[in-house]
Order: sequence, then structure tokens, then C-alpha cells
Amino acid sequence: MKKLLVLSTALSGLGFAASAQEIAVMSWGGAYATSQIEAYHKPFTAETGITVVNVDADNPAAPIKAQVEAGNVTVDVVDLEYADAVRLCDEGLLEVLDPAILAPGADGTPAMDDFLPGAVTDCYVATIVFSTLYAFDESKFPTDPPTTIADFFDTAKYPGKRGMRKGAKVNLEMALMADGVPADEVYGILETPEGVDRAFAKLSTIKNDMIWWEAGAQPPQLLADGEVAMTTGYNGRFFAAAVTEGKPFKQVFDGQVYEYDGYAIPKGAPNMEAAKQFLTYATTTQALADQAKWIAYGPARHSSGPLVGLFMDGKTEMGPFMPTAAENLTNALPSSYEFWVDRDTELNERFNAWLASN
Amino acid sequence: MSESHNDAFVAFDRVQKSYDGVSLVVKDLNLNIAKGEFLTMLGPSGSGKTTCLMMLAGFETATNGEIRLDGTNINMVPPHKRGIGMVFQNYALFPHMTVGENLSFPLEVRGMGKSDREAKVARALDMVQMGAFANRRPAQLSGGQQQRIALARALVFDPKLVLMDEPLGALDKQLREHMQFEIKHLHESLGITVVYVTHDQGEALTMSDRIAVFNDGRIQQLAPPADLYERPDNSFVAGFIGENNKLPGTLEELSGDKALVRLATGELIDATPVNVTQKGQQTLVSIRPERVEFKTGMMPPGAHMIGAEVLEVIYMGDILRTRLRVAGSDDFVMKCRNTQGQTRLSPGEQIKVGWHPQDARALDPI
Amino acid sequence: MADMSAPAGGLLTTSDGRPLKSALATAQKRAKRRAFLLVLPLLAFIVITFIVPIGQLMHQAIYNDGFSANMPRMTAWFAETPPGTEPDDAAWEALALDLKDAAAARSVGVVGTRVNYEMSGTRSLFTSTARGAARFEPPYRDALLAADEKWADPNLWGTMRQVSDAYSANFFLAAIDMTRDVNGKIVPMPEERQIYVSLFVKTFLLAGLITFTCFLLGFPIAHLLATLPMKWSNLLMILVLLPFWTSLLVRTTSWMVLLQQQGVVNNTMVALGIISEDGRIQMIYNQMGTIIAMTHILLPFMILPLYSVMRPIPPSYVRAARSLGATSWTAFRRVYLPQTLPGVGAGSLLVFILAVGYYITPALVGGASGQLISNLIAFHMQSSLNWSLASALAALLLGAVLVLYWIYDRLVGIDNLKLG
Repeated sequence: MKKLLVLSTALSGLGFAASAQEIAVMSWGGAYATSQIEAYHKPFTAETGITVVNVDADNPAAPIKAQVEAGNVTVDVVDLEYADAVRLCDEGLLEVLDPAILAPGADGTPAMDDFLPGAVTDCYVATIVFSTLYAFDESKFPTDPPTTIADFFDTAKYPGKRGMRKGAKVNLEMALMADGVPADEVYGILETPEGVDRAFAKLSTIKNDMIWWEAGAQPPQLLADGEVAMTTGYNGRFFAAAVTEGKPFKQVFDGQVYEYDGYAIPKGAPNMEAAKQFLTYATTTQALADQAKWIAYGPARHSSGPLVGLFMDGKTEMGPFMPTAAENLTNALPSSYEFWVDRDTELNERFNAWLASN
Repeated sequence: MSESHNDAFVAFDRVQKSYDGVSLVVKDLNLNIAKGEFLTMLGPSGSGKTTCLMMLAGFETATNGEIRLDGTNINMVPPHKRGIGMVFQNYALFPHMTVGENLSFPLEVRGMGKSDREAKVARALDMVQMGAFANRRPAQLSGGQQQRIALARALVFDPKLVLMDEPLGALDKQLREHMQFEIKHLHESLGITVVYVTHDQGEALTMSDRIAVFNDGRIQQLAPPADLYERPDNSFVAGFIGENNKLPGTLEELSGDKALVRLATGELIDATPVNVTQKGQQTLVSIRPERVEFKTGMMPPGAHMIGAEVLEVIYMGDILRTRLRVAGSDDFVMKCRNTQGQTRLSPGEQIKVGWHPQDARALDPI
Repeated sequence: MADMSAPAGGLLTTSDGRPLKSALATAQKRAKRRAFLLVLPLLAFIVITFIVPIGQLMHQAIYNDGFSANMPRMTAWFAETPPGTEPDDAAWEALALDLKDAAAARSVGVVGTRVNYEMSGTRSLFTSTARGAARFEPPYRDALLAADEKWADPNLWGTMRQVSDAYSANFFLAAIDMTRDVNGKIVPMPEERQIYVSLFVKTFLLAGLITFTCFLLGFPIAHLLATLPMKWSNLLMILVLLPFWTSLLVRTTSWMVLLQQQGVVNNTMVALGIISEDGRIQMIYNQMGTIIAMTHILLPFMILPLYSVMRPIPPSYVRAARSLGATSWTAFRRVYLPQTLPGVGAGSLLVFILAVGYYITPALVGGASGQLISNLIAFHMQSSLNWSLASALAALLLGAVLVLYWIYDRLVGIDNLKLG
């Protein structure tokens, strides 16, 4: 059912993206897209009369590269991971943005000071801080539940299948942290061949228990179906499943890897002006704070923080679910885009080879 | 009716066959075939003759009754253990094997050694004058040649009994007649028993020792060809074999082997009673066209003559086929030999026709 | 002069003396032109939608101008100097100016990506250096080394020399787990990064296995279809074709519902006590899932050619064999089976070729161990965005299939193929 919905929204997105007074925004689907529709798209349409069409993708970076290189761009605004945005920007596939279009904070702070460090780049405005962490089904482990990233790799103590994203990124970092590497040393060790071997060796210990996921909507589904006992995933998706759908999912913030996610405009977007207008609107203090009502991702502006209150159900305090909450940052790793921009080809190749070997 | 024929080579004993459990395709078949006999099963399609052949070959099982081969019940014997040679309607030569391999096949599955096989295959091919074709593929042969190979293949493993299912149906007329002669010749020289299925009465008459005429799942008449033609037992056989004039009427008098029949138009004719029993009964008088005579001098004394009008004279070379109106029927046919002094009739002429009472057979009305 | 129409030593001519051949050609010209016009739309369609894209794909596999198009001065310098030349002042100047231009044109990422394919860890060297390139002043060597010492690395210069030629076999080398060392010598990839050769082998083995299971399952069904009375065979045919009318995605997803650990099949077996609650069998997200789902999806492609070959085989062949003394097994083996070979060949070739290139099903149900080469092609098309490598892999796959086709033609003969 979920698949069908995703498909139909994608189709309707393609169908209408071209007509006037409409912009197409490509994002990641599921609860995350919902939060954007509620916090950005609907109010933006109400204010400007410009319809916003949501288009889903597993990772929007791939279709955007294809569209721009083929010279057939149908998307006006695209939601990208930080490292992807840097890479596409360097390759000239994204529109260069003038920071002047960004609104100052609600408290009057100039935009460039209000955003978290590095959140605004040449082509990119981060909107949220999201985290990849693992969650488990509480009913599977009623006594002595897992609390650390090492527990995720301990299938003797916590038997059951595991889920991880099919790719090298985040998995290697988590493997090292589970192997006892402190968060601030992870990338230093991963730079060395021995470090990479060590990470893969750790992953190998649970390889046979692994189910690999690709789309962000899959992990909560795998948990709900009982296909896995615990799985990594995006914290907002777990939050949505646990709070809105009442699933007994518990997130473990120990060993989380957090990074920015945000908006860019692909080069040659058909409705450039409206796209910029949307970008400005969606990155205001209030809009970013509003999004946190719908999903547990931290806003990328300082001024939005105090405005985050309760979840839209009116009773759940969002604070403890935010990846940036102090108690969640005791052993947390900010993802390094510099590392991945250089090493993704090599490490993904190795990851694929590792995956295919038995 | 059920005489014991334990000495018969092939025996169908009260055999019945049903495909659907509702109707019978073969109804109570009793048939004994002697060793060395050439027996033909003749009948229209759907009459049950092919089913009988398939039961004998083992491809169909009898629903009831017993089939014996050489005194042994073969109901439960699978086809490959019956040792019966068979020639199929479309020859069924294996297209992926050469002629030689086709002939060698039955010998191979019997575990015969290579040299023996080759000798036998060569002999069988020579027998059908196809010795030079051993390395051809069936598709490279003409219909007549394929027919010979099929025949040779059915004979190469020396079966005692050979079944032929309309084997000449696909050949043109001339070739068919030639092959009829050859098959008959092989039958005689090899002394094998042949059960032959056809719907071509000419073929049946030419080749058979005896013919079983099938209709509606029953044997209508079992007799040698001459008897079947000249003395049909019932209207079906009379109509199915050869051309036949049929005159409906009522039995006026019946005494021994003589009967007087009053036709629908009032005329009286002579006939021989066959399966009519009492006066006043409805009957169908059957007369062969070549036995009809119009010259008074040729009539036996006391024979009834009946008026006729010439409608059409068709010149057919060896005979003259004359269509007449007799007793209200427009399709009464008379055949006269085209001899030197033959009287030529012309349309519209009024003549009188008659026949020997023996040639007019009073049969059951259909 | 020979007799007008005598073939002896001369050409046949028509009654008015024209050569017969040219007279025939004239007579048929109109018909030929009309026939050509009729197939022209199809020809154009195939050329535009099939030949041209495949040609582009092949081209992309050996051509990548990411470096040469954006670093013209460097490319020129590499062209002028022999391999192994130490970078001189001209080279450093070319590098600095090219980086400056590339930074302005925002194309330095493309350059970095191209070099990074061959030498991991160099991408950010290009992008970060380019950010400061506008301020570079001569002497450029010092300016560049001040920006990053890695610029002095001779390996980097060797790699840049390699990629300065837009035409390169490196992607094909990568596709067979080979690479070039700094001297341009072809060497195997480090073992932990070798994947494609073994994956090609695995793909072909799995495709062969799937073809074989399709044959085992499809043969009896095709035989039933060909021999059942019309009423039943039509019904059966609809059942065989039904999957064709269902979306591939729906079919694959139904297999997920059936086969997953908490799925219908496992639940049923647990309920029946065949396996215990802990002994649930992993039937999906592995090779087994790929084999089961792909066998199901490709089965009709085996059944239909088999059926079309079996339908016209009259039952009298087997009957003849039986009457000649063959057991039913011998009759099947010696008489029936050989006649179905064209269908077996066509079905197997069809299923095998489809299986070798299959993508969506292994992607959904294959997990890690059930992935085929096409999934890696998709990975490079969609995720790593290394389209040249994807093209090289696809071209190798295409070549392998063509070789198979050629072998098949040699062994069985393409004219023996019967698809329907």
C-alpha cells in the first residue's frame, strides 16, 4: 500500500511538474516528505498560490545528475544529503545560490550567522540535522535491552536479524565505533587501510544476519514485519513509526552518525524564480521550527531551536528525540563529507565486493 | 451368435468402449480374425473402426470385454509388448532420423546387434524397392516413398500382425491404386495377418479377404467383398458400398426367396427379401445400377418391367451412365457398357426398365 | 553472336534483347521501393531507439573527457611530453591556470571525479585547491604545493597523464578487475576490491540454473498445453499468460509476501509443524529468492516456445515408437524429446539472455548474495554515477551474450530456433 502511494505521488509529480505556477520538489518520500509537505509546501502554496508537487526518490542525487546531464530537468528544488550536494555542486550540476536570498532569523540575526556552521554552501542550504542510528523492537528484548552501538553487533546476546543501508557510508563508521573507537577518532582510523580492514572485519561478524535496505521507508517496515530484530535507519522515520503509529520501536542514540540534509536547485530548473522563492520560504526560522512538529529532525538554524515544542499530536515533547539533544550526543559522530567525497568510489567498490563474496 | 473361436488369431469378445461414460463408441463388438487374413474395417468417420484398431494396438483400453491375440488376453499388455506392426495415416516417420535409423529403431529397442540390424534393414528396404534411400531424411521423400518406408518399418521386426490406419489416404489416386497392389502383394508373400482401416470402399473391395462394415459402433456386415457388394444385409451396407438405387415401397407378397413390392406410385416389382419378414411391411428395394436392364430380350422370363423416362445420359468412356425417372424418383441410375452396338438413349425418351429379381433386394427401410 | 536465349556462355536475354537480369531488376524495382518505404519507419525507429543508444553506450565505455575537456593546457602538455617527464614550470603553470578556469566554470568536480576513479582520495585535492586557484601567482609550483603538498606526488602526475587521454580502456580494465599502476602497466585490482569477474561468473551460473529449472518446470506444462483438449488447454494457457498481464513489481512483491521469514510459506510450515518457530527458513533476500522469483517470472518464456514446437507434433510419433517396441521412456527420449529441441533451444536461449540481464527482481529479492551483474551496472548508473564503468560492464555483458548466441548458432543453428 505504501509503495502504491509513493508510486502514484511520483507519477502525479511527473505529470504536473511542467505547468506554470507549479514547482516540483524532489525528496525522499515517507514520513520525511510528509513533514516537508505539511511544514513547507502547504503554507507556501497558501501564501503565494504556487502549487508544490512532491516527487519521491530513493536518493534524489542520482535522478538529478541524470536530468541535468541529459538537459531535461523537471525538478525545481531537490533535497540532498550534504556530501552529495557538495559533489554535485563541484561538478556544476547545481545552481549557485546567493546567500542574500535567505531570510534573517526571526530574532533579527543575519542569515549567515543564524545557520549552524557549514549549513550554507555555494549551492546548498541545509534545513535539518538528521541522524542514522539503530532501533529495535522492544517486545523482542523485554529485559536488559540493547543500549550501545556494540550491542547492535552482538548477535550472541541479542539474537535476530539486523538491517543496514546497502552502502559503505555510515556502516563503516558504526562498525568502528562498535569496535571501541571513540567518535572523534573514527575518520582518522578510517583513512588508513588497516582501519578500513578493521571496519569490514567488524561488519563481517554480522554479515550473515544482515538484511540490506535501500529506501528510507524500509527500516521501520522491516521492524514492523518482524523481518529484523534491529535495524539502522533515519531517526525521523523511527520516531514517526513509534509515535504516530504506536510501534514499540526504541531508538539507540549511542553511536549515531548525524549530518545535514537540505535543499538545492538543480542547474536549469524550469521555474527558477519560484524555486528560489520556495527556498527562501522553507528556510525561515518559523518554517524550520514547524517541520520539527512533524518529524524528529533538528532544525539547521539556531533561532528555530527555541520554537520547537510539542509534536503535532500535542503531547509528545520533541526534545529527547532530536539527534542534537545534549543527552543524545554523548557518543555521536558528525558525518564527514570531506572523507566521503574522496573515498566513496573506492569504499563502495570494496563494499560491493565484500557484499558479493561469501 | 457367440460361437467359440478359440483358434482365431485375433479375437474381439463382447468389446465395448466409452470415452465419456455416457455413450458407447463401440457397442458389443465380436470379431474373429484368422491367421494370414486381410481384414478391412470399413465405415464412415465416427463409426468406431479406428477406435477398434487403437484398442487392438494398445493405445486405447477396452471399457468392457476382452481382446485376445493368439489366444492370450492382451487387455493389460502395453503397446510395446504386443509385437504388432502399425502403419499410421500420416506415416509417422521420425523426422529427425534417416530412413535407415527409422527402420533400425524397432530392432534397436529390441536389443538386436548392429550387423543383424543392418542386414534386416537392408532386406526390408529392398522389399519395398527403397534400398537406395537409407540415408535420406523422411522430409526428402515423396508421399509414396514415405509410405513404403512406413510399411517397411512396420514389417522390419517380423510382426505376426500388422495394423494399417488409412495408410493410403494422403496419396493421389494413381499412386494409391499402385500401393494397394503392393500391400496386397506383400501380405500374400509374407503370410502376415493384416487389419486394415479405411473409409474408401474401393480400397476395401480390392484388397480384403473379408470386410467388416462399421456404423454407429457396430459391425453392420462381415463378409468377403463380393458378398458385401452383391448381397448387402441391410440398407446401410447397400448404400455405403458402391452406387445403389433405392426404391421405397410396401411388401405385397412374400413367399420364400421371392417377394413382390408395390412402389409408392403403384407399380409392382420383383425382389429378393433380405431382412423383411411379413407382408404389408415398409421396405427399401435396392438395385445396383449395372444390373438394371432396358432391353426386353435381356430380361429373365416373367420379370416385372417398369416405365421410365430418360433424363440425362452421361458419357463416361467405358460406360454410359443414364439418369432416369422411375416411380417418381429422379435419381435412378442405370449403367450400360459402352459396347459396339449399344443403343444410345436420348433425354426425354420413354423406356421400360427391369432386372433379375435376385438383384433387387428388399431391405429394411432406413 | 550466340543464340538469343541460349544460356551457353552468355547471358539470357529477353525477347527484345535486354539482359534478363536487368529486365527483372527493372520489373521488381517499384515493388522493392514500396517494400522499403513500408519498413522505413521501423528501421528509423530501431536506429534511433536501439542502435544509436547502444553505440553511445559503447562509446561512453571507452571515452570520458572529464579531464581533457576541462583541463586543456594540462592535456596539451601531456601530449607534448613523453611519459615519465618531470613536471616543469610549463606544467605547473598549465595546472594552475586550468584549475583557475575550471573553478570559475564549476567543472573542477568533474575533473576530480575522473582522477578519483583511478586514484582514490584525490577528488577533494582538486576541489579544495580550485577554491583558492583565483589567487595563484607565479611561481605556480610553490603556490600549488603551498595549497597542498600532494601535488608533488609523481603517482598523481602519472594518473593525470593517463586520464588526459579521453579515450581509455581503463573502464574495461576495471570491469574485469584490472587496473593500471603508475607506470601504465596493467595489473590486477587489489584482491579486496575484485568483484566483477566473480560476479559475471555468478550471473552466468545463476542464469544457467534458472534456465534449467525453467526447463524442468516448463516442459511438462508445455506438453500438457499441447496435448490437453482445447477447453482445458485454453484455460491452462490463460494461467500461463496471467503473469504477463500482471506488473513485474506486483509479482515480485508477492514473492516477498510469500517467502519472507514472517511470510505465508514460513507461517504455514510453522503452523503445520514442519519447522519450528526458530527454524524459519530464509527463502528471500538471498540467492534462493532470486532463483525462485526469476524462475517464476521467466517461466512463460520457456513454456511458449516449447508449446509452439510441441503443438504440431502429432501423437502418432510416440504411438509409432510404442508400437515399434519402445517403452514410454524410450519413446520420449528417442522420439519426442529430439523433436522438441528447437523449442528447448529457443526457450533456453530466451530465458538465459533475459536472466543474464535481469535487474529489478534480484534488486528486490536478491539481498546481498542474490545480486547479479546488472545490479552493479544499475549501482554505477544510479548511485556511484560512474557511467563509464557502467557502460563498460554493460558492453561486456552484451559481448558475452553475443558470444553465447554465436556458440548456439554453431552448435544448434539459429535457423533451428522456433519462437512461435
